[in-house]
Amino acid sequence: MTAAIEVHGLTKRYGSVIALDGVTLSIERDSITGLLGRNGAGKTVLMSLITAHETPTSGTVRVLGEDPRENERVLGQTCFVRDNQRYPDEFRVPHLLDTGARFYPSWDADLAARVVDTFELPTDRDVRKLSRGQLSAVGILVGLASRAPLTFFDEPYLGLDATARMLFYDLLLRDYIAHPRTIVVSTHLIDEIEDLLSRVIVLDHGRVREDAGVDELRGRALRLSGRMDAIERVTANHAVLHRTSLGVLGTAVVTATTDLADEAAAAGLTTEPASLHELVAAYGLHTKEVSS
Amino acid sequence: MFDDTSPIFQQLADSLADEVLRGLYAEGDQVPSINELAAFHRINPATANRAVALLVDQGVLIKRRGVGMFVADGALTLIRTARRAAFEERFLTPLLAEARTLGIDPDSLVALIRKEATS
Repeated sequence: MTAAIEVHGLTKRYGSVIALDGVTLSIERDSITGLLGRNGAGKTVLMSLITAHETPTSGTVRVLGEDPRENERVLGQTCFVRDNQRYPDEFRVPHLLDTGARFYPSWDADLAARVVDTFELPTDRDVRKLSRGQLSAVGILVGLASRAPLTFFDEPYLGLDATARMLFYDLLLRDYIAHPRTIVVSTHLIDEIEDLLSRVIVLDHGRVREDAGVDELRGRALRLSGRMDAIERVTANHAVLHRTSLGVLGTAVVTATTDLADEAAAAGLTTEPASLHELVAAYGLHTKEVSS
Repeated sequence: MFDDTSPIFQQLADSLADEVLRGLYAEGDQVPSINELAAFHRINPATANRAVALLVDQGVLIKRRGVGMFVADGALTLIRTARRAAFEERFLTPLLAEARTLGIDPDSLVALIRKEATS
């Protein structure tokens, strides 16, 4: 297992705002990593620092073993698809195909043509006049066709309908299988993409909340349901991430421990593993409760 | 086809074993490659690899280097034995729990099963 990206004690401040707060993590080469967390958690900042679009306040970034800043060798192997990528005036899809082919050594023109076709991208209109969904498709086009050894997608699905998102996941997975590379995707649509991921990083207020394999994270919390009094009793000494109640009944999402499932069963509660989506959402709620 | 109840690789391994059990793949047949499984099920290839590795470990599948993946001789017996061992927990325990909730005593339950089996 070789790390493509290694980040140590990474902090980014904007004035008095701490966007990223001492983040340490590494991302395995040729893996697909999901970057999750609420808006403002630091996902875009982290990707901007790794791709040297921004400079850290403190801490180190190593990409393919080197500092990415003003590093042609590293940046030539990196593609960062931003959700608000801007394009020059009168820039059209054919220009983009030419530029991509010149800029990225591993650019695949056939794949690019296939993406244009799949998303029915208009070739005779200025890119800046395209719809939100079409702009996302343009980003997907660049991100996939670049075949960059390190590819970053920042919420690549904005404005895409369910069918188009499915097409994107299929293109991404099939091309990754044929040409394995390191891919990082920030997303809120966890349910849609989790099966594609090998690893998940959850950011929360600029810090790493979780950094684990998808299967490991799926077992991280249990959802208990049943009588509220039994839930209260069983969870008294456990970390409850989220709870809801309806009359005498309720549910609680609880960090799993070795005894929790047995204790819950003994109390007549139903236990199920919490979904990844549920876990990540619960983290967001939890920190809100703590800080208020 | 996957849910949140257990890890995806486990569910994929179960469904492959199920396909062998139902005779979709006979012993000696070639099964889809890891990449084919990943693309078809829309899962990370590492997950598909874990599922296949589990079945290879259990002796259900064998890898022939450079050729592909095949159903091992004796796989059917292996799977059947494992499924029988899990039968009680998977099917009988929930059945009895539901019967108890509904006030169906064990004798009536046995009679019900008999009737259903012969109808």
